[in-house]
Amino acid sequence: MSATVIAFIIVLVLALAFFAYSCYRRFGLVLKGKPDNRFNSIGKRFWNMLFYAFGQRRVVKKPFGVNHFVLFWAFMILLISNTEFLLNGLAPDTISFSLLPDGAYFTLAFIFDIMSVLALIAVILAIIRRFTFPPPYVEAKSRDAFVILGLVAGLMIAFFGMNACEIAAGADRAGVWMPVANWVASWLPSGAAGLGTAARVFWWIHAVILLAFLDYLPYSKHMHIMTSIPNCFFKSLEKVKTQPREEFKKGNTFGVGEVESFTWKGLFDSYSCTECGRCSDACPATFTGKSLQPRLVIHDIKVNLLKNADKDGHKELPLIGGEGEGSVKEEVIWECTTCGACMEVCPVFIEHVPRIVDMRRHLVETKARFPEELLLLFENMEQRSNPWGIAPAERTKWAADIDVQPFEAGKTEYLFYVGCAGALDARNRHTTLSLAKIFDKAGISWGTLGRDEMCCGDSLRRLGNEYVFDRMAQANIKMFAEKGVKKIITQCPHCFSTLKNDYRQYGAELEVVHHTELINQLIKEGRLKLKSTPPDLGKVVYHDSCYLGRYNGIYDAPRRVITSATGSAPLEMERNRDNGFCCGAGGGRMWMEEKEGSLINVARVEEALKKQPDTVCVACPYCMTMFDDGLKDKEASDKVRVLDLAEIVANALPD
Amino acid sequence: MLIVACVKQVPDTTQVKVDPETGTLIREGVPFIMNPYDTHALEESLRLKDKYGFRVAVISMGPPSAEVTLRKTLALGADEAILLSDRVFGGADTLATSMVLTGAIKKLAEKEELAIVMCGRQTIDGDTAQVGPGIATRLGCSQLTLVDRVEEVDLKSKTLKVRRKLEGRHEVVSAPLPAMIAVLREINTPRYPSVPMRLEAEDSSIILWDNKVMQMDEATIGLKGSATQVRKIFSPERAKGEILGGEIDKPEDSARLLITRMVEKDLLSL
Repeated sequence: MSATVIAFIIVLVLALAFFAYSCYRRFGLVLKGKPDNRFNSIGKRFWNMLFYAFGQRRVVKKPFGVNHFVLFWAFMILLISNTEFLLNGLAPDTISFSLLPDGAYFTLAFIFDIMSVLALIAVILAIIRRFTFPPPYVEAKSRDAFVILGLVAGLMIAFFGMNACEIAAGADRAGVWMPVANWVASWLPSGAAGLGTAARVFWWIHAVILLAFLDYLPYSKHMHIMTSIPNCFFKSLEKVKTQPREEFKKGNTFGVGEVESFTWKGLFDSYSCTECGRCSDACPATFTGKSLQPRLVIHDIKVNLLKNADKDGHKELPLIGGEGEGSVKEEVIWECTTCGACMEVCPVFIEHVPRIVDMRRHLVETKARFPEELLLLFENMEQRSNPWGIAPAERTKWAADIDVQPFEAGKTEYLFYVGCAGALDARNRHTTLSLAKIFDKAGISWGTLGRDEMCCGDSLRRLGNEYVFDRMAQANIKMFAEKGVKKIITQCPHCFSTLKNDYRQYGAELEVVHHTELINQLIKEGRLKLKSTPPDLGKVVYHDSCYLGRYNGIYDAPRRVITSATGSAPLEMERNRDNGFCCGAGGGRMWMEEKEGSLINVARVEEALKKQPDTVCVACPYCMTMFDDGLKDKEASDKVRVLDLAEIVANALPD
Repeated sequence: MLIVACVKQVPDTTQVKVDPETGTLIREGVPFIMNPYDTHALEESLRLKDKYGFRVAVISMGPPSAEVTLRKTLALGADEAILLSDRVFGGADTLATSMVLTGAIKKLAEKEELAIVMCGRQTIDGDTAQVGPGIATRLGCSQLTLVDRVEEVDLKSKTLKVRRKLEGRHEVVSAPLPAMIAVLREINTPRYPSVPMRLEAEDSSIILWDNKVMQMDEATIGLKGSATQVRKIFSPERAKGEILGGEIDKPEDSARLLITRMVEKDLLSL
């Protein structure tokens, strides 16, 4: 065994040992998290991994993502080359691609050469982008990023250096099959003395950079190279549309107040973030200049985990409310609208919103600490089961002038779950009346719970008041069971999603339909006839409600209904469908002051006004209120009206 | 030292209607809540507990169902909750009520030195504001009503200083302990119960004192001990409201119309 091989073995063993130790430390921390079963449906998970990690589906949605696609695949392919490189270092005479038959060896040499130059170009482009045209949502001048880009570039340069020297020395028979290395070699004096030595030097540079890269990985944001593929494997099988239940037993902890109370997946998520910033770019709070940046929340979780790692029992850095990196400020936790835009764009399926709600739960349930305006909301919800604290008897007032049947199993097919806003908010009562008219025209058998209807608890759950939500959900489910309710129509997407997705955790199998879907179906089936000359609403722009669109995938139904009712397809705002921008009222934000930055609803109204619409069509009572207010703010409410989809349809019904 | 907070479970009066036929309150289906003024009395007691280390006992006279409200006080941080419930306590007016409450407070004071009796200014169902002062009179202790701030409690000299909110002025007064304080809603913002405290309260037992325990003279309590009797309850007739200026566009014109009307009705003097 030559001295070089011995030297290499020592270097390799040390580097691998250090890497293994680093991984043991880092991944050991993840195991401190709470359990979460992410090992079911292996086949489906495997497919997700192929599709989203290897397919880079979400990465390439941004144009520059193509650069990452190239780098990713170059990296994957060069992994083969680099494995061979390391093994060859251990056993130069027995392990080498050059020992393969010509055809195989030349093919591999060609592929590795091309991949290396593609990787080098991608790295150079990435560096140029960071200097000249960085997008606002990434931390462009990140030292970490340049270290990694530098290491990758160095690796490629050393690779070409090594191959070129060998080609020039006539020591590599695959020379002509490596166009780039061959071109570099053409600049070198062929057959000159010292080329062999130079090749060995490049070999060692390559080896050292490769091992340095490996050892640096666990300590950088580029740890995602190891974690993001498994993170796509462990991704939630369904879209994340709810939060897990809590068990209310003495001695339990409620919500997450210290980092280890997250699930292991929550911690693993933080390792998978490479700070690409897509989440912050999509976030309505970030967009309007608030402190909340979903990227930083995930980053702080990671930093907190690492910084507190060595301190057994004693957490020096609080997860919530501390200063600087690694601690999430309380106001940040309250600024989230739970719109889910962050999770929709994350290439590696990090689950931001559940983490934020976890921390809200800790603040509300364990600390009883929250923005003061929520105290009234919580009291109102608990005492009168609606956010305003209006007497339950008022719930039937919207129907004062029409005939509404009480829901009775066997007699009425659908329960029309009117919702707090639909029953109690003056503006949204018009939507409710329109719906009643539509149901009757279509001959639907429906009834309501009248004053017995209770709030679904959506806002409470998103605000982290899980204890009260839990009681309200159980009371509702009990009432539905007692009354024999199976099919429910909702007018509010928040009721819709809560009854449909959240209540399922309690074993309630309800057939819940939102009015947009129902109306679309009624028109399609010919049960709802519309006027042949539709009422003139001018240009109509449609705004996607987050809990209808992103949470439940309902994008087409409302658009089809608008087309049927007005005779033309709605205009689209710049950010629409799964990229839609929140009105600002989700996640309980409806009941809170918006103290920092500009107003989210005004930002959305400005976006809508760019299309110069005459009508903004919404399908959610919160969106209705937010648009109404935003239009007043922009002094545009005399030119542009806001209508719920149901109102548009009711207007188009023949007399 | 002990603070006794007096609370009452009341029907949510915003949801109570008067039956025009019988002249009685329609209480069916109306939820019960803790009297809102009392939530502030409890909060102030808990704040003094946090600051000076008092023990807080909560008492409430009412039917067995008032246990729900007492449990809530435990979730908020009260140390002990006592329900004063017996058929013979029923039908009480403010006089008879204050007799029973005073009896309970005296009983508590036998075991532990009494510092403060904390009451809400009034209840939202009776609206008399008499029970607090009634207790003070029967206990023979300092009586501090309309309190919107407890300035300080001096445990050495056993005195306290409070601010009273009067018409157009404040009055800061000192009084020896024990004292009865009746608080205004402005005094504080009540806290919200944490889940661990709620779960703890769910399992705690509420102490029940009936008249076997209390040994009150039946002639002084309940319906028999009441000096007042309700003859009739009715909703006063109110003139119907009117929406002004629906057809007016300019805010200035709306304002002018409003001012004219207010002057006409002598609500505004020029």
